[in-house]
Amino acid sequence: MSLTVRDLTIARGGVPVVAGLSFMLEEGQALILRGPNGSGKTTLLRTIAGLQPALSGQIAGADDRIAYAGHADGIKAMLSVRENLQFWARIFGGTQIDAALDAYALHPLIDRLAGTLSAGQQRRLGLARLLVTACPVWVLDEPTVSLDTQAVTMFADAVRVHLANGGSALIATHIDLGIEAEVLVITPFRADPTDRAGASDEAFL
Amino acid sequence: MSIWQYANPVKFLTLSEKVQPILWVVATVCVVTGLLWGFFGTPDDFRQGSTVKIIYLHVPTALMAINAWFMMLVASLIWLIRRHHVSALAAKAAAPVGLVMTLIALVTGAIWGQPMWGTWWAWDPRLTSFLILFIFYLGYIALWEAVEDPDTAADLTSVLCLVGSVFAVLSRYAVQFWNQGLHQGTSIPVATGERTVSDVFWYPLLTSMIGFGLLFLALVLYRTGTEIRLRRAQALRNRMERRL
Amino acid sequence: MIALLRRDLQLSFRAGGGFGLGLAFFLIVTTLVPFSVGPEAALLGVIAPGVLWLGALLACLLSLDRLLALDYEDGTLDLLLTAPLPLEAAVSIKALAHWLTTGLPLVLAAPVLGVLMSLPPTGYLWLVISLALGTPALSVIGTFGAALTVGIKRGGLLLSLLVLPLYVPTLIFGAEAARRGAAGLDTSTPLLMLAGITLGTIALMPFASAAVLRMGLR
Repeated sequence: MSLTVRDLTIARGGVPVVAGLSFMLEEGQALILRGPNGSGKTTLLRTIAGLQPALSGQIAGADDRIAYAGHADGIKAMLSVRENLQFWARIFGGTQIDAALDAYALHPLIDRLAGTLSAGQQRRLGLARLLVTACPVWVLDEPTVSLDTQAVTMFADAVRVHLANGGSALIATHIDLGIEAEVLVITPFRADPTDRAGASDEAFL
Repeated sequence: MSIWQYANPVKFLTLSEKVQPILWVVATVCVVTGLLWGFFGTPDDFRQGSTVKIIYLHVPTALMAINAWFMMLVASLIWLIRRHHVSALAAKAAAPVGLVMTLIALVTGAIWGQPMWGTWWAWDPRLTSFLILFIFYLGYIALWEAVEDPDTAADLTSVLCLVGSVFAVLSRYAVQFWNQGLHQGTSIPVATGERTVSDVFWYPLLTSMIGFGLLFLALVLYRTGTEIRLRRAQALRNRMERRL
Repeated sequence: MIALLRRDLQLSFRAGGGFGLGLAFFLIVTTLVPFSVGPEAALLGVIAPGVLWLGALLACLLSLDRLLALDYEDGTLDLLLTAPLPLEAAVSIKALAHWLTTGLPLVLAAPVLGVLMSLPPTGYLWLVISLALGTPALSVIGTFGAALTVGIKRGGLLLSLLVLPLYVPTLIFGAEAARRGAAGLDTSTPLLMLAGITLGTIALMPFASAAVLRMGLR
């Protein structure tokens, strides 16, 4: 099943930021989202993940199939790496965390409290969470922040494996991951500021 | 023609501006007439003496204190169901008016209570309920102020208003159960249609109640207009920033 | 769901988790009361049920701003929202965890503090029963307040302002039951009302909490 976005318009703070966006994400496919700061990448990803409503347009194939990773990783400092991963695995109905630990070389850290990890290690733990969710669609917002080159390679490998297993990924990033993926530049879909349609402020203009 | 067309801010403002001058005049005339008539044109009560005259201020404000909350409840429901911004802003605009009405009712009640019951304050069910209502108003206004995004603020305050209403009713019964109270029965029992006030006092009281009702309406229309213009200014500013 | 409950309990017992904070607060409030009203056992005995109920209520209130705010800050709430677990279930579980770590210890500690407050012997049973019945409502209503203020910076004081008036009916019936019990009177009416409030809030408040949480996280 593919993720289909049709004629999507989204708003941040009551002002439309992206309008008329359509794309399709097939199984085994990755889509890299690019655009300058403030162009609405985060808003788009949050909308697709179901965290905020779209102004108009349709999103199909997203229900309960999305693993979202935003700027914060949802990691508890006072739980160990194992406990953090096991918690998210159980929430998403799984139990296996070994594959995720392998993919991000977290085995040596398994009993460390997450609060004692470095920023990059925490980020690896946050990305390992994606693997334990067993969700087919990854929606990732700047996943490589604070990762070193080695960890970026781990991440790219994990994405490749995920795609090979029939998953798909929508990734907003500035760096080149070395993954074979289409690139969607968001800038042309910037909402026309004079266009009043849809925004919550519409009635007041 | 439907009433919902006034959910459009511009249409609402146009109508509101036409109605407001008349409303202000009629409200002022009614309030002034009711109060003057009540204070100077009615005899003293045979038991309560001239202290009874505070009734012309106390009862109308108490009435509006409750009705303002009721109006906010209806407006919140309209916002949650139909998402008309004017409705949410009207609820926001009504809250401080309701707060002041509650405060006046509490203060005049204390002034009346002192000579009648020999105390400024008693934990009587009605007084307590009004104090709780006062705190509800404070919380509601504080929540509006605390949330930055206006739509989110409207959503959250609307739910608070709904939940608060349920708990306000619960508190009312709880308080009644908790203390039976000194307060006299209501002067105008709606359910039975009979009243315990004689005509001499009733007509000035009625005038005053109508006056305060209209005054509330005028204040809410005026304040809603202000809120709409503030939102419009903010919306325009947001657009400008986007364009730059 | 059990995973969430287990995690919340685990977190509260770890360092900085705040377990026992409410309990300590309860103890301090109860200790301060005799200092402020005088040590006469007769007077303390009369006000004991009310003071203990108020102390328990304030102790509950104290821990509410950690209930959802911590999960909001580290992004857990966003991720829970995208998880297959219904948000209504998640907030119910969080309320349950709050009750287990705050409300239940208060119920168990109340008789001990009753001794400090010279509570009449007839009062202990009813104090514990009324607290056991009433504190779940405090947790569930408090979760709603925490959900309302989750996105607000420094929302702690606002949270108290919003939650305290909602606590009024619970406090009235709870303290009334404890007071009547201590005086040897019939407690069935306030206890039934209290149970009604608790059951009603447990059934309905999670929907309101989840709704405002979705609104606030947008």
